[in-house]
Amino acid sequence: MMRMVNGLIDWVDARLPVVNTYKKHMSEYYAPKNFNFWYYFGVLSMVVLINQLLTGIWLTMFYSPSDGFGSVEYIMRDVQWGWLIRYMHAVGASAFFAVVYLHMFRGLLYGSYKPPRELVWIFGMLIYVALMAEGFLGYVLPWGNMSYWGAQVIISLAGAIPFDILPFIDAKDAKEIGEALTTWVRGDYLLSTATVNKFFALHVVAIPLVLVALVFLHILALHEVGSNNPDGVEIKQNKDENGIPRDGIPFHPYYTVKDLPGVIVFLMIFAVVIFFFPTGGGYLIEKPNFVAANPLKTPDHIAPVWYYGPYYAMLRATTLEWFGMSSKAWGLIAMGGGIVVLFLLPWLDRHPVKSIRYKGWLSKTLLLIFALDFLMLGYLGTQPASGLAKTLAQIGTVYYFLFFFVGLPLAHRFEKSKPVPERVTGGH
Amino acid sequence: MKKLVVALLFSCLPVLAGAAGGHDVELEKAPVNLQDKVSLQNGAKLFVNYCMGCHSLEYLRYGRMADDLGMSDELTLKYLNFTSDKIGDQMRNGMAAADGKTWFGNPPPDLSLAARHRSSDWIYSYLIGFYEDESRPYGYNNHVFPSVGMPHVMAKMQQDLSEEEFESNMGDITNFLTYAAEPMAPTRERIGVYVLVFLAILLIPAYLLKKEYWKDVH
Repeated sequence: MMRMVNGLIDWVDARLPVVNTYKKHMSEYYAPKNFNFWYYFGVLSMVVLINQLLTGIWLTMFYSPSDGFGSVEYIMRDVQWGWLIRYMHAVGASAFFAVVYLHMFRGLLYGSYKPPRELVWIFGMLIYVALMAEGFLGYVLPWGNMSYWGAQVIISLAGAIPFDILPFIDAKDAKEIGEALTTWVRGDYLLSTATVNKFFALHVVAIPLVLVALVFLHILALHEVGSNNPDGVEIKQNKDENGIPRDGIPFHPYYTVKDLPGVIVFLMIFAVVIFFFPTGGGYLIEKPNFVAANPLKTPDHIAPVWYYGPYYAMLRATTLEWFGMSSKAWGLIAMGGGIVVLFLLPWLDRHPVKSIRYKGWLSKTLLLIFALDFLMLGYLGTQPASGLAKTLAQIGTVYYFLFFFVGLPLAHRFEKSKPVPERVTGGH
Repeated sequence: MKKLVVALLFSCLPVLAGAAGGHDVELEKAPVNLQDKVSLQNGAKLFVNYCMGCHSLEYLRYGRMADDLGMSDELTLKYLNFTSDKIGDQMRNGMAAADGKTWFGNPPPDLSLAARHRSSDWIYSYLIGFYEDESRPYGYNNHVFPSVGMPHVMAKMQQDLSEEEFESNMGDITNFLTYAAEPMAPTRERIGVYVLVFLAILLIPAYLLKKEYWKDVH
């Protein structure tokens, strides 16, 4: 029996590098031994991605874009276990962003985007952008009233792109281009079933393909350069006589068995939300989304889901009409810029030290304020933009950009860093 | 350990930041108890008699309601169905939306998801919130929904019953609508407990496995 199995493996291996791939990425991929709490969110993103793909496939079997709202209630009530699959998918979307935001913050803490890991970060950012698109498209599909009005707001942004900054386009042409563009995105003169059909195709086929491909590249690039760690020490610079990093341990079995309890704890938190708070008090599934889309009834307050909060707050924060551009166009620039600037992170951070552990007090303070700032913007994005909220959002937006364009490039000149150790500290 | 706590708190913050929401009017707490079959059955009876002439329950089926509320199909069709609908049909009514618009200004909405769209407390407060107001076409206005188009359908019941009896009836309708908005809610919570117990037990060998493997990492 054993001989037959070995024979089969040899046969396949002679034709496809199975054993080599397994060694390269699992049993002989050496990861630093000092990973801490923050290093669970990578594998958790993977777990949620698989959850979304599987539950999504099953939802596709019952969802119908021509009756989005009705078919979701049909799934909730008439399809066996449909409610569970739907809640897993809807709560999964929020869980995805929660773990991805924490995963990205880990990168910020320990300088994981710094050389030689710039491409790992870029692929990660592309995943984040794809995820935002995927989340938006998916939010429209249940075709509740918030789906409708949320889509209305976001799609109208295409009409706010300031084409008239180009010398050969005047204001009237720019307006026409904007209108043509929004019509093209909607696939109709107003939001309709045509839009839902189109978004459905993008949500279940196009973007998931891109996402999976990007995740593959993200991990491939990571395994080429090796993982960073909380000390920011390059473990490959200290190898033993066999060429194995002295501070590295094989990913399998060490990190597979370490990730397992982490995944279970995450699933427990996930299960608490799914089974006991599936609408998250109106923050995961918003109340207006329990009535079907209605072009005649605008919800009292059109709020994005929490995970778009920070960028929605930036979009609404602008009031200036500089250089003849509308404040809406500037809002669009702030929102887009807020995401674009993250792509530049590897080149904006000029600090000689990678990990926050060995940076000085200034860097630490700036990063802490940045984290609080991001949370504040996220909260403000979900709230009505009244006087104080708007002022806070403006201050928050300014700090957001100052952090990237002034703080990260210059902080090291004004602080004394601690010496970075030769080897990783603390074990596990 | 301290770092772990800080990290955990950090990961909770976005959720904490979102623990808000408000209403303009003070709402009464609705007496919702989805285990109380007597209350749910009374609520169903009152709903089909008083509400369903105008308000459908499009997403609920007679058979599903019969099963969940512990009623037989025969009795359900005999006493809770005034149409020619069959047991597997959705709880619709005969009113055309255009007629509803003519009569009340707006077509009476389907109430399958009212408890999730508004909230159980809102429905309860609305049902007990009618007061006489001669300026309105049907002679009544509502504290929770000012200038509402709906007449006070249960005005006679309110006059005939004591305040407690009336409020108890309105509580039963609210309870029934809360059930109708998410019929699987009790099942969901029951299964949730099993899932959590399973995961908690699974965590033990998983943790021990990790400890065993990591013994030799220094």
